[in-house]
Amino acid sequence: MRIGVFVCHCGSNIAATVDCPSVAEAAKLFPDVVFATDTMYACSEPGQDGIIQAIKEHRLDGCVVASCSPRMHEPTFRRALERAGLNRYMLEMANIREHVSWIGKNKELNTGKATELVRIAAEKLRLNTPLFANQFDVTKRVLVIGGGVAGIQAALDCADAGIQVIMVERETSIGGKMAKLDKTFPTVDCSSCILGPKMVDVAQHPNITLYAASEVEEISGYVGNFDVKVRRKATYVNWASCTGCGLCMEKCPSKKSHDAFNEGVATTTAINIPFPQAIPKKAAINPEFCMKLQKGKCGVCAKVCPTKCIDFEQQDTIVSEKVGAIVAATGYDLFDWTVYGQYGAGRYPDVVTSLQYERMMNASGPTSGHIQRPSDGREPKRVVFIQCVGSRDKSVNRPYCSGFCCMYTAKQAVLTKDHIPDSDSYVFYMDIRSPGKGYDEFTRRAQEQYGVQYVRGRVSMVYPKGDVLVVRGADTLAGTQVEVEADLVVLAVGVEASKGAAHLAEKLRISYDQYGFFMESHPKLKPVETNTAGVYLAGCSQGPKDIPTSVGQGSAAAAKVLTLFAKDKLESDPQVSSVNQNRCVGCLKCTMTCPFGAIKDVKDRAGNTKAEVIETVCQGCGICTVTCPHGAIQLQHFTDNQILAEVNALCQPELEF
Amino acid sequence: MSARTGVLTEGRELRIVGFLCNWCSYGGADTAGVARFEQPTDLRIIRVPCSGRIDPLFIMRALVSGADGVLVSGCHPRDCHYAEGNYYARRRLELLKQFLPITGIDPQRFEYTWVSASEGARWQDVVTKFTNRIHDLGPAPRMQGGSGYDELCLKQIEEGVKQGAACPCHKERAL
Repeated sequence: MRIGVFVCHCGSNIAATVDCPSVAEAAKLFPDVVFATDTMYACSEPGQDGIIQAIKEHRLDGCVVASCSPRMHEPTFRRALERAGLNRYMLEMANIREHVSWIGKNKELNTGKATELVRIAAEKLRLNTPLFANQFDVTKRVLVIGGGVAGIQAALDCADAGIQVIMVERETSIGGKMAKLDKTFPTVDCSSCILGPKMVDVAQHPNITLYAASEVEEISGYVGNFDVKVRRKATYVNWASCTGCGLCMEKCPSKKSHDAFNEGVATTTAINIPFPQAIPKKAAINPEFCMKLQKGKCGVCAKVCPTKCIDFEQQDTIVSEKVGAIVAATGYDLFDWTVYGQYGAGRYPDVVTSLQYERMMNASGPTSGHIQRPSDGREPKRVVFIQCVGSRDKSVNRPYCSGFCCMYTAKQAVLTKDHIPDSDSYVFYMDIRSPGKGYDEFTRRAQEQYGVQYVRGRVSMVYPKGDVLVVRGADTLAGTQVEVEADLVVLAVGVEASKGAAHLAEKLRISYDQYGFFMESHPKLKPVETNTAGVYLAGCSQGPKDIPTSVGQGSAAAAKVLTLFAKDKLESDPQVSSVNQNRCVGCLKCTMTCPFGAIKDVKDRAGNTKAEVIETVCQGCGICTVTCPHGAIQLQHFTDNQILAEVNALCQPELEF
Repeated sequence: MSARTGVLTEGRELRIVGFLCNWCSYGGADTAGVARFEQPTDLRIIRVPCSGRIDPLFIMRALVSGADGVLVSGCHPRDCHYAEGNYYARRRLELLKQFLPITGIDPQRFEYTWVSASEGARWQDVVTKFTNRIHDLGPAPRMQGGSGYDELCLKQIEEGVKQGAACPCHKERAL
């Protein structure tokens, strides 16, 4: 074999702490290496041309590129090899940036380490063989998990392009958090006026199947061919015949049911439609508060229902769907604000969260848009907003910025002035973060035009005095302590990953960070892709973001799905297991361990049982290779001999520098 | 050498081999690199698709042929890219760890752990601690060629044979 080695400087990223020319020089002595050079940027056009030229000039059979992580540029260099006429799998990469130059400053040690990494890559490459992809069919249907604005956008874009969409929503209505909002910043236009039509589109679109009050139970399969099981939770109402007339709500005697849609600001009936614009507009029973389900007595709803759709015996059902791609748009939940005992949330009724305040201002909310103090129903004349409650606070393990609280606080302060013209608003803030189109102008307008008092500093405590609340905090700009008497305190509660997000990530086999937000494939260049092919992200499931960005990501995820579905056949990764039939003794241990059912048993001509890999189903994990007692089944590109060659290259006395 | 975070044994690196799964731990090591989390330089990483691909014999081969330490890292249990590869890895590697003392290899020289792709800081911590541990242990005793019995053992067998006893491994048959 004739191997070429290319050591990338990556500008000064690698060259600053690795002596690249001497790594290339040392590589020339390795077995089968006939050409070695260093290059400024291997991934640039001249860099790739240099590789292609060297392959032709020196009749190379394979290349080692020592540069960044293969997770970054392996596809780039594989394409370069193909352009030079080599098989794409005749490439090995040595990661001398993320694993060497960026984590150590000692140039001598780094150079030695880089040389060894090139050595093991070269040793593995000597055993590489050309591999060729197979093709398999794609199921051109997409599953969208989450019916918030990001999921709605993704679903509508896919559906408009003619793709069948399955949307799964945990709540009984889609709309997500945006449906709860009164107005949106910075245009102060009505949230449900812009979201409502989109929700209706979802309900009426012939290409969208909506499963509300449902959760994803199980996902198996792989890109192009996922099998999804959806649990449709019992709503005790037969939705096929429910017309959403609301008669049951009027007559239900259990009126103290928790109102999740109104964030607990008010109570609702045990059987309810969460809000007038709900999609689907169907009633559902909250079994915790239903007297019939709890005590066996009542059944008023069943008596009054004109379509007789109440079914107290209803059970969860599981439906199976086949899809080719999945968009996860599971959104966010609010941080548990009650851990801030000093703010009195949960103890003082007049300390509310921003989302509760949003419902209090909303015309379709429990107070019909009249702002009233929860304690006595009085109109508040002074409202204090406390920002960063569960954001940018290491002490509660939420060091990240929730991104949009500064903006909605400014919006709520503006709206407060609109609702109650003789009111004052105070905002305790750490920094005003308003980096968006028209955002900074908006926060300025709140201060200059609406007279909102911004106080830079943290609040130390909130305590009751008579029928008002005293907010004590610091004014760090004036260098003094301040106390403000407030009728109402609104906490700008930070964002955290949706409840159960980590659990869903495990089902989707995607990564998530320590806070439960899903990990994108690359923070800059692949923001809506995941490392699992065919699974895409949109909205706050990936991290806190505002409505325009969520919508943008919904469309971006849809574009990725459509790109995937643009082909009728997908190419399978040929790095799959393969059975040497001569060595296979037919014990079929491999079929028992394979997580994908990708190994079947066949009979050879003599009638002996043998294992055989279904190449398009195999995902290339290699569990079978370790299981096989005879080494008969080998994962291509990661064979026993290749990995042992790497170990041998590392562990031999003469290699010590 | 002052820039190093680890401790040097007589001023030189020891041979530490890492087997990392592509999806979580290799990504975690990349994340650590992107964040410029400084680490000792001893570790050499071999990338495998899944921790379930790691044959315990790879680890034995490394330790027998001169590695001073072997570190394996995969996805956290329940979070495997291939659904269950790390469960297989966990069983195999735990068994290997139990088995190492029988082969005369200090089990301290082998460790397996779970690091996700987002846990750059955790990866730095794992590498630094493991490298320091290996430096505390010092270079691994080199395996010598020969019959596989060490000298003391051979002497005992010789003595026994002289006194009329059979070779210990064939005792049953001799009686």
